[in-house]
Amino acid sequence: MMTEGIPLEYFLIVSTLMFFIGIFGFLTRKNLITMLMSIELILNSVNINFVAFNSYLYPHQMQGQFYSLIIIAVAAAEAAVAIAIIINIYRNFRSIETDKVDEMKY
Amino acid sequence: MTNYSYTLFIPLIPLAMFLLIGLTGHKFKPIVSGYAGTLGLTVAAFLSYITAIRYFFIEGAVDGTYPMIKAVSTVWLRFTDTLHIDLGVLIDPISVMMLVVITTVSLMVHLYSLGYMKGERGFARFYAFLSLFSFSMLGLVLATNIFQMYIFWELVGVSSFLLIGFYYEKPSAVAASKKAFIVTRFADLGFLIGILMLSFTTDTFDFKTLTSLDGPIITSTAGASFMGLSVITWSLIFIFIGGAGKSAMFPLHIWLPDAMEGPTPVSALIHAATMVVAGVYLVARLFPAYAIAAPDALHVVGYVGGFTSLFAAVIAITQIDIKRVLAFSTMSQIGYMMMSLGVSGYGDHEGLGYMASMFHLFTHAMFKALLFLGAGAIIHAVHSNNMTDMGGLRKYMPITHITFLIACLTIAGIPPLSGFWSKDEILAAALHHNPILFGIGFGVAGLTAFYMFRLYYNIFWGTDRHYHHTPHEAPAIMTFPLLFLAVASVFSGFLPFSHMVTSDGKPFEAHTDMLVAIPSVVIALIGITFATIMYKKPSTIPDRLAGSIKGLYKASLNKFWFDEIYLFVTKRVIFAYISRPIAWFDRHVVDATMNLVGWTVTTASNKIKGLQSGQLQQYAMVFVSSVVILVLLFVYLISK
Amino acid sequence: MNNQVMFFLLSAIILIFSVLTVTTRRVLRAAVYLLFVLVATAGIYFQLQYNFLAAVQLTVYAGGIVVLIIFSILLTSHISERAPRASAAKAALSALATVAGAILVLLTVLQFNFTPARLEKVEPTVTNVGRALVSYKEYGYALPFEAISILLLAAMIGAIVVAKKESNQEKQK
Repeated sequence: MMTEGIPLEYFLIVSTLMFFIGIFGFLTRKNLITMLMSIELILNSVNINFVAFNSYLYPHQMQGQFYSLIIIAVAAAEAAVAIAIIINIYRNFRSIETDKVDEMKY
Repeated sequence: MTNYSYTLFIPLIPLAMFLLIGLTGHKFKPIVSGYAGTLGLTVAAFLSYITAIRYFFIEGAVDGTYPMIKAVSTVWLRFTDTLHIDLGVLIDPISVMMLVVITTVSLMVHLYSLGYMKGERGFARFYAFLSLFSFSMLGLVLATNIFQMYIFWELVGVSSFLLIGFYYEKPSAVAASKKAFIVTRFADLGFLIGILMLSFTTDTFDFKTLTSLDGPIITSTAGASFMGLSVITWSLIFIFIGGAGKSAMFPLHIWLPDAMEGPTPVSALIHAATMVVAGVYLVARLFPAYAIAAPDALHVVGYVGGFTSLFAAVIAITQIDIKRVLAFSTMSQIGYMMMSLGVSGYGDHEGLGYMASMFHLFTHAMFKALLFLGAGAIIHAVHSNNMTDMGGLRKYMPITHITFLIACLTIAGIPPLSGFWSKDEILAAALHHNPILFGIGFGVAGLTAFYMFRLYYNIFWGTDRHYHHTPHEAPAIMTFPLLFLAVASVFSGFLPFSHMVTSDGKPFEAHTDMLVAIPSVVIALIGITFATIMYKKPSTIPDRLAGSIKGLYKASLNKFWFDEIYLFVTKRVIFAYISRPIAWFDRHVVDATMNLVGWTVTTASNKIKGLQSGQLQQYAMVFVSSVVILVLLFVYLISK
Repeated sequence: MNNQVMFFLLSAIILIFSVLTVTTRRVLRAAVYLLFVLVATAGIYFQLQYNFLAAVQLTVYAGGIVVLIIFSILLTSHISERAPRASAAKAALSALATVAGAILVLLTVLQFNFTPARLEKVEPTVTNVGRALVSYKEYGYALPFEAISILLLAAMIGAIVVAKKESNQEKQK
């Protein structure tokens, strides 16, 4: 076994830290693309969680793995659409800074 | 029993014409609308005549009584088992008589207007309104219950308002229409209160129940009383206030003279022959209740009528505008009818006053419509309403002259014209019941003859004036109604009214009372003689006479300053001391409360709208920290 | 022992480059750091013996999404551009929230007593994964597979429509 000596909790700690780093990035970065990258970090950390649970707790089926696969697919779709939107915003505002894109206010 | 359900179409045809002309009139030539309206009215008139002939002559009295038939009736609003508002058609002697009056005069006016209103702007609108009026008036007289009558009563008021204000570009017409509407509306408030009181006491709206001798109104006279009069009496007095408003009785008369701002055919139809007698019709409709349950209310009717007739006759003597003379004459004659109802008793020969009133209503409708239409023809030719601009017209307008003369003789009460018969019955009834009212009526008869002939001589005799163009006779479409109504005025007096329209539906024999007839003819002749002396040839007598009774003359000329008194009361008293404080309260308390609420909301919104910043990361921040706090709360703090 | 060294190495790469991704002021570098994180994550999948998943992670995530992101960076910002620093107050607040959240989650996770299932393991070989993916029986994932296919199609069309340049006719309107 390649995971011998590594308890489940280690994976969970890594994924939790990664998740909150992603959230921190989402809250502080102004560039829409870097915010998108933060979201990718968040999704990735969740993937690690699923896979680790699958491997450690429910090895008799492959649910966690398929969840991860589907999340990767969703992430790809989301990235494509998000980037299309970002490019459109860039065309209209000449900027992708979130504090400059604030039309949706009172 | 005969089926009268087709009578439903008598009011519905004018309604259909109103909708047709009103909605599609602008698409055709104006004259098409005129023909359509006239055609509709012709059909309605034809149906009415058939109804009258069947009711009075073919069916006749059943067991010596003319029945009250509900030809059509549907429950519209049900409050309780007994108290419900119906819509229907009621056929009885007076409603059938009114059908004939309304459709005849209305048809004549429709025909006449084809000529009179030719080339006017809004010709189609005029016909639409005329049809609306005809519908409302027919609905009013055919109402089976007092609430249905009230609905049509208001509809009639609206059509009157619309037609008085027909020349809506003229400020005076607008003011007159408003005045008419407000005054009659004010009176209708009394009517409504009366209806509510009456229906509350008797638990019914239905005329048939209200007027039947063993109905609740007559058997339940003993009830709560107020100021010495029973509730029934008070409610009937309130209802009479409504009637007095529509019929321009003193002191609610001020709208009628101003209503002459409307086109002359309208004055003839609405403000002489039909709508203004609605008040008389209302009292007549509830007559058994008045006569048996509330004689005090009936006395009020009689005295108000008598006073109005004298009051209006005095004013009519000095007026210069010929339409206003006719308006005051109308008031005076309606006062006559009211007075006649007031002196009437119930049943058999006692009900002479009732019969006379209805008789006079009928004949008056004919000759007063004739007078107005004649006046319309004259105004059409001279382009002025003032008799000072007229004179010597008999040479130019022979047909109008003859018909106008006939009408003047009729209203003066010269036998054998119709006015003589009906007026004679009224005076006879008054003599039997109330000598004071007889004295008033007798005097008014003389005054009427005098002012009508003053009018006649000033228009058709005297010197020629400078006319813009030579006056000419009106076209045939206008003279035909004149001739028709003249014939009706001459001969309608021979109708055996006492065999047809009576207070209890039973025919009786009315005699011409020589004791009344001879003096009334004599005083009419005296009036005519005076007028002839003073106005046939130019003379100085009128001016000298006016000078010798200067005070009275001025009072009469200014209509006893009633308009001024009303203006003073409304402007100086009501506006200043009631309306203005209310307006202040409304502006500074009611509005202020609302403004405060609005101001609070806007201010609060302005303060908190910064939260909606459009800053994506702010939202995210709030979201994340809220989730953290909620997790903390629910997982660690609350669950343990 | 090797396992642990390997795991700590990968974890360290993941955490360090994650932090760098969200803090560097050069956008293009952030993308490259993200690439490292994703590759290291793939390494963790390899360690857990999810080979197929690791391959997908490398091809789709590292190969596809990151390239897409880099392209869009090149389209929207200049290469020498530095992202502005977040204001101190904002950074502090965000840090507070995230640290609090992290502590909360870690506490919860570490307190929880995970009990592994004692059932026969299914080897996550490519054959098994492929069978399960299109199977409609128990433990089959045909329905999510179809759903995700439709989602991808819709996202593709949507992205094209959104990003498409307005035609001249529409502009004239």
